[in-house]
Amino acid sequence: MATWTWFHRLASPPHVYGFARRWTPWIGGAAAVCMVVALYGGLVLAPEDYQQKDAFRMVYVHAPAAWLSLMIYTTMAVAAAVGLIWRMKVAHAAAAACAPVGAWFTVAALGTGMLWGKPMWGAYWVWDPRLTAELVLLFLYLGYMGLRAGIEDPNKADKASAMLAVVGVINVPIIKYSVEWWNSLHQTPTVMKMGKPSMDTAMLWPLLLMFVAFALYFAAVLLIRLRAELLRRERNASWVREVVT
Amino acid sequence: MLSVAGLHLWRGERHVLRGVSFSAVPGECVLLTGKNGAGKTTLLRAIAGLLDPEEGQVQWRGASARSTRDEFHSELAYLGHEPPLKGDLTGRENLRFSIGIRRAVSAADIDAALTRTGAREFADRAVRTLSAGQRRRVALAGVLLSGALLWLLDEPTTNLDADGQQLVATLIEEQLGRAGIVVAAVHHPLTLAGGKLTQLELGAR
Amino acid sequence: MKAPALEVARLVAARDLRLAFRKPSQLLQPLMFFMIVATLFPLTLTPEMSRLRDAAPGVLWVGALLSSLLALEFLFRDDAQDGTLEQFALSGQSLTWMLFAKTCVHWLLTGLPLALSAPIAAVGLGVPAGAMWSVVASLALGGFALSLIGAISAGLTLGARRGGVLLSLLTLPLAVPILIYGADATHRAIVGMEIAPPMYLLGAITVLGVTLAPLAAAAAVRIGLE
Repeated sequence: MATWTWFHRLASPPHVYGFARRWTPWIGGAAAVCMVVALYGGLVLAPEDYQQKDAFRMVYVHAPAAWLSLMIYTTMAVAAAVGLIWRMKVAHAAAAACAPVGAWFTVAALGTGMLWGKPMWGAYWVWDPRLTAELVLLFLYLGYMGLRAGIEDPNKADKASAMLAVVGVINVPIIKYSVEWWNSLHQTPTVMKMGKPSMDTAMLWPLLLMFVAFALYFAAVLLIRLRAELLRRERNASWVREVVT
Repeated sequence: MLSVAGLHLWRGERHVLRGVSFSAVPGECVLLTGKNGAGKTTLLRAIAGLLDPEEGQVQWRGASARSTRDEFHSELAYLGHEPPLKGDLTGRENLRFSIGIRRAVSAADIDAALTRTGAREFADRAVRTLSAGQRRRVALAGVLLSGALLWLLDEPTTNLDADGQQLVATLIEEQLGRAGIVVAAVHHPLTLAGGKLTQLELGAR
Repeated sequence: MKAPALEVARLVAARDLRLAFRKPSQLLQPLMFFMIVATLFPLTLTPEMSRLRDAAPGVLWVGALLSSLLALEFLFRDDAQDGTLEQFALSGQSLTWMLFAKTCVHWLLTGLPLALSAPIAAVGLGVPAGAMWSVVASLALGGFALSLIGAISAGLTLGARRGGVLLSLLTLPLAVPILIYGADATHRAIVGMEIAPPMYLLGAITVLGVTLAPLAAAAAVRIGLE
């Protein structure tokens, strides 16, 4: 029964708002600390790669950003599914809040990929399978946000974009697989040549810590956006009036 | 048999349905009245299950209409503002397809229904060539053919002449006589010869 | 007595076919579009057959995709506008089956003719005669998968602002796997390789589409009708 109380609290906008307000500073603080440590570890402490020299350090932003762009899409789809199945407004608000953050992470991954490509291959863009899949993921995000923007009624927009997110998340592995298939046919240059197991520990820990830092940053930003979403959606409710005054 | 309890619905910003509640028993006709924009169409669509209310429940035969959706729909006939007809098909073809997907109907059944609503003479012309009133008569034949127990009618007398309006009243009376239920949104109150008549004014606040 | 599911699907298909043949000129539009697009590439790239042959898989598939997107608008639009789609949702019968029937007819009227007429465009792109059968087969299969996925986006964008553009934007990323495998099959056919591997993958996507897409499309349409 205690789980149900927890679940009901999760569905209640004022509760979630309060939770978000209390925890955001802590999460944001933890994110900042992790980021500083990870950056120090990656940019200063880690030895340079024997092939790429210092250029490989781009991985410390590129890889976590890419992982996060995927993780956020999945989170968005899960929130959307919860909103559809249990008809929870808060879940729909969370999904809406995720989308712009995820899209920006995708842009960051693409941007850092391009900056990495220049010293590596002399060109700003290469049809690396990961970069290509990131690009398609960006289109998925933009489609989601476009659908939300294109539907007038907010409830309908919630449900339609939720459906799209769920369909999209099922397609993501299929898209990744097909892009890798395409890549195997055409042997395009790859940007990130090092696999995780072959990486030196000194190079690896800042990478993982950076991922944690980005994840915490996403959580903090999500909570901030979620608060704004809840305020906007529930602006006529009494709890909002109390919070604002 | 039909019960609506505490229905709240927002269309975008507007709180259109504010705790609407009513119930109807077999042989009863509920007339929904109110100004334009009061929520008559919204209420009908919410009962039909086309719209999802934020709060409240629609119950049919004691069970939630949403959880027994297909059974509920098989006993329901919904006629909206615009008669749901394909312009490129004839009236007869339209009925054959739209009723055929619900239940088996013979050509004779279709003929009888069209005659009842006075649509037989133009039943074999493409619907796009018919006048608005003629289309409505074809659509009414469809409602008859559906064999539904619950009729949800949105301004059923629109575009009909005096004869047509009388026809609608008679059809409703006959439906009530068959222990059916009719919920109709109207601008002017209908007078019925028999059956229980209830009026629900929307947007009264 | 409620009508059985197969009968419902048959009636919906019969209805759509009858409607299509009352306005046969509409059927030609996606085809003409495809032909025109295929013509634009030699005009803008090069008339050299050997280079066109290299580009042929891309030209054929992008052209096919664009004309399918155009045609997808017609899948639900008319029915949504005159209220008959709503009646489908209210019929008490499986909307999934009805939409599957509609999608199949849609492919029969747009995707299949496009695949069958592709050789005409392919000849202009330097595709050898021996590859034609594979071109047709891959476009036919891919076109069916496209119709299935497109039905979902078509349902979601019912009543949305600028629904046509939005439909295309939503469908394109989801269509990437179909494009990749389909174009690969066409490419292999042109150079004389085995087309089985990408065709199997395309087939797998289609099977997945057949099982899941109509369900998603039915849910999407119900949302779109609100």
